[in-house]
Amino acid sequence: MIRALDRKLLRDLWRVRSMGLAIAMVVASGIALLVASLICFDSLETTRDRYYARNEFGDVFANAKRVPRWVAGSLDELPGVDRVDTRVVAGVTLDVEGTSEPVNGRLISLPDSGRPVLNGITLRSGRWPDPGRAEEAIVNERFAQGHGLALGDQVFAVINGRRQRLEIVGTALSPEYVYAIAGGDLLPDPTRFGVFWMARRHLATAFDMEGGFNDISLSLAEGAAPEPAIVELDRLLEPYGGLGAIPRAQQISHWYLQNELTGLRGMALLMPMIFLGIAAFLLNVVLRRMVAVQREQIAVLKAMGYSNLRLGLHFTQWAMVVSVLGGVLGIALGALMSAGMLGLYMEYFRFPDLIIRWSWGHILGALLACGAASVLGAAAAVKSVVKLPPAEAMRPAAPDSFQVSLLERLGLRRWLTQPLRMVLRNLSRRPARAAMSVIGIAFSASIMVLASAAMDSFEELMQLQFNVVQRQDVTVTFFEPEGRAAFYELASVPGVIEVEPLNGASVRLRNGHRNRQVGIQALQPDARLQRVVGADYQPVRFDRAGLILSRKLAEVLAVEPGDTLRVEALQGTRPERDMVVSATVDDLMGVSAYLEPEALQRFLSDTATLSGAALGIDPAARDSVYAALKGMPVVAGVALQHAMLENFETFVAENVNNQLAINLLFAMVIAFGVIYNTARISLSERSRELASMRVMGFTRAEIGVVLFGELAILTAAAIPVGLALGYSMLAGMVAAYETELFRMPLVAEPATFAWSSAAVVVAMGLSAAVVRRKLNRLDLVEVLKTRE
Amino acid sequence: MNESSNGVAGADGALAVSMRDVTKVYQMGEVEVHALRGVSVDLEVGGFMVLLGPSGSGKSTLLNILGGLDVPTSGQVLYRGQDLTRADEGELTQYRRRRVGFVFQFYNLIPSLTARENVELVTEISEDPLPAPEALDIVGLADRSSHFPSQMSGGEQQRVAIARAIAKRPDILLCDEPTGALDITTGIQVLEALERVNREYGATTAIITHNAAIATIADRVISLADGRISRQHVNETRAAASTIQW
Ligand SMILES: Nc1ncnc2c1ncn2[C@@H]1O[C@H](COP(=O)(O)OP(=O)(O)OP(=O)(O)O)[C@@H](O)[C@H]1O
Ligand SMILES: [Mg+2]
Repeated sequence: MIRALDRKLLRDLWRVRSMGLAIAMVVASGIALLVASLICFDSLETTRDRYYARNEFGDVFANAKRVPRWVAGSLDELPGVDRVDTRVVAGVTLDVEGTSEPVNGRLISLPDSGRPVLNGITLRSGRWPDPGRAEEAIVNERFAQGHGLALGDQVFAVINGRRQRLEIVGTALSPEYVYAIAGGDLLPDPTRFGVFWMARRHLATAFDMEGGFNDISLSLAEGAAPEPAIVELDRLLEPYGGLGAIPRAQQISHWYLQNELTGLRGMALLMPMIFLGIAAFLLNVVLRRMVAVQREQIAVLKAMGYSNLRLGLHFTQWAMVVSVLGGVLGIALGALMSAGMLGLYMEYFRFPDLIIRWSWGHILGALLACGAASVLGAAAAVKSVVKLPPAEAMRPAAPDSFQVSLLERLGLRRWLTQPLRMVLRNLSRRPARAAMSVIGIAFSASIMVLASAAMDSFEELMQLQFNVVQRQDVTVTFFEPEGRAAFYELASVPGVIEVEPLNGASVRLRNGHRNRQVGIQALQPDARLQRVVGADYQPVRFDRAGLILSRKLAEVLAVEPGDTLRVEALQGTRPERDMVVSATVDDLMGVSAYLEPEALQRFLSDTATLSGAALGIDPAARDSVYAALKGMPVVAGVALQHAMLENFETFVAENVNNQLAINLLFAMVIAFGVIYNTARISLSERSRELASMRVMGFTRAEIGVVLFGELAILTAAAIPVGLALGYSMLAGMVAAYETELFRMPLVAEPATFAWSSAAVVVAMGLSAAVVRRKLNRLDLVEVLKTRE
Repeated sequence: MNESSNGVAGADGALAVSMRDVTKVYQMGEVEVHALRGVSVDLEVGGFMVLLGPSGSGKSTLLNILGGLDVPTSGQVLYRGQDLTRADEGELTQYRRRRVGFVFQFYNLIPSLTARENVELVTEISEDPLPAPEALDIVGLADRSSHFPSQMSGGEQQRVAIARAIAKRPDILLCDEPTGALDITTGIQVLEALERVNREYGATTAIITHNAAIATIADRVISLADGRISRQHVNETRAAASTIQW
């Protein structure tokens, strides 16, 4: 049996269902985002943790030039170490059938007997290589798919200039390559980076590693911190060309994954808060209006003996129903969205199986958030219900007091028609509400700006990187620092138009207990291809002695220009020296230290420092240049500018447009929710005066001015606010996303602002159209008969 | 039905409500409006009182204070010995809920509820109410129970309001110009309903009206002027509502 008061509730809900629905949609959008992000977060985290645990992903990683096998015994003794795995790992260029381009490959040794101790791989198809057969290898699944490689197919690794045949006997996934990205890339490119696992014996022979290893993974006992082990490991490896150990947190695949998870959690918090906040505001406006309209009904109910509590609850329930409806809708929508999002994630993050996690706690949390929003939204209305004295309510509300608006007082009065004056006076009578509406609409614009400007910034990063910083077609890296001979060899390849040496060395920079292992680069002041570019997009000039640091690196090391750093070379005779930081540079990708070439040469004394080269090539001779590069023994890796750009464009096409569409939709939902409700409330507040005007002979268009003029003014005021808000949100996001791997420039294209404004205007037009229909059906007699 | 219905004010009949020296001052910014300037009235149990007086004389204010909708600025209001002036909001709510039925000039039905549901609004929060259909039957609207207020005439709406007021079997029935917006026939119908409730259920009744003719159906008539009682008058015999000359 439904109680009479609840029946009133239901009918009230039904009567203003369109407003309720508009608010519910705003709630649903927020909750959908919340739930989708949470499901993705939970699922990815659980999937990752289980995967790491099952495959025993290492906690500390290190590599060195060559470590004799007997050292392995002392690795067990390092503080906190549980298990140790030593491997031979080598970067090579690959020759894959059907591709003229040299592809970057990594060869990883498998123990001759048994399986890897740490970083276990999960076989997806085929079998393990036969230790007796040199050519058998397992390849990472993504690469096989990218090149359409089947079991039994072959690729060639260029090892010491010789083509070594690799026969694919299996495909696999590895916790080390969940996000399989080659160093220096921003996005993983499945066709450009292949990982191969093969029997240790043969790999060791090919790379002169018999009786030794060059790659170490450690797992730590539960609760053990990685730092002590890292310090000891570095000391242990130093004589063997150790390049500095890193904790799991800095392992590249893990880093990207972790970053994504952090982003998801941020999204799970921030966006829904905005949506629910706006929903609370809308509920507040609608409920306050409802209380105003039902003033006498409330008084009667009070006169009958209904308590404040019961009546307050009555209006809260209305808000509850709306937001819980939105919440339930949002949960369903979020579950759907999460499936799509997880699908996308699985494209970029490779796990053997996805464990979908969906915690009831989170669902409950989502519903509680809705409840909180509705209570918040209802609070003001309930307060006015409580305050309403039953006796006074029995007389009609006093007419609202109006004032001559500011604009009119400024002397514009003459220019304003009567309806326009009504608009201005209406707005200036409730400035707080007008301001809230402006903020609500502004948020919808800001979400649009944020979403598409984030893309602008990312694109700018790419453009800057490929057109201003790296203007070469090909970047070659060597296995080891080479001398001038390697440079001339590259220069003599037919088709190579321009060569620029990339001089650099691995160093560790130390400032007290803070230290980072980075590449120190020497760039020619007249570099044309690979340049160092600052925030002003101008090449940095090396006219000063001393060390120039990426700004981010200076931050991490807590140094400023003028401070001194300890620089320890990790190659050659490992010299060490104190150097003064002379400047910082606002570069965008990676972190580096830069030194004037001669200074670098002096620091490393006679050691070779040529770590690679930047090439400009004749497009017509591409294939022959590629072929030559594949045949050069010194070449460890080849990065292709055009491949990176294409990969980026694919990424944009696959993800960004979807994301943009979703954000556009959400922004429109908010804009519509706010504008429609504002319009409906105005209509309800003014139906009497509008009807009276109609009776007096005003046309529909003329009374439309009163209603839609207000909307137009609110929207016009909201757009610039929204654009500014979106831009500052973007600035916050760019700052929050600043990492050692890349920093996004703060960029928003005019088109982004135009689109965002257009979306809001369209939402306004839509709301106006819907309200217009109601306005046209305004029943004059009916409206004037009833007592307001 | 009750001896005191023929008695004079303050006679031996038990008192439902008694007001002593009640004043009510509204503060309107700088200006003070004295709506009541020391009014003392007694309502005997089962009595039928009519309040007359020009507009602005304080009738509604008086009624609202009687019904616990409002509190006096000074003076005392006793309901069966209980001091309403000392009651807090919760106690006043309980007083209204258990004891008082209101009928307003503008009906004040909930537009989104049908006639029957409007009555149920009260029966659901009362202890021993009349069933809603019965209450509607008393006011002669049994057949309109599923109609919404917008589908009824003013008189019908007012009778629903009466049904709603009496359904809780109130001790006190307070009506502010119940016939103000009605024509003769409907007005008489409404008064008959009130009369019947007063007679059959013993509800102490007070009615505000501008129509002196209505005063003949009361056993006591009080006239207010400028916040004071200007005249009190006891009818020896009560006329039937149906005999009123409008
Ligand atoms: N909330 C209020 N604020 C200020 N003054 C009030 C308020 N309520 C009533 N008054 C004033 O108190 C006086 C008495 O009002 P009341 O409503 O009791 O008159 P009434 O006799 O019922 O008149 P009517 O026959 O027109 O309904 C009037 O002067 C009125 O203006
Ligand atoms: Mg009155």
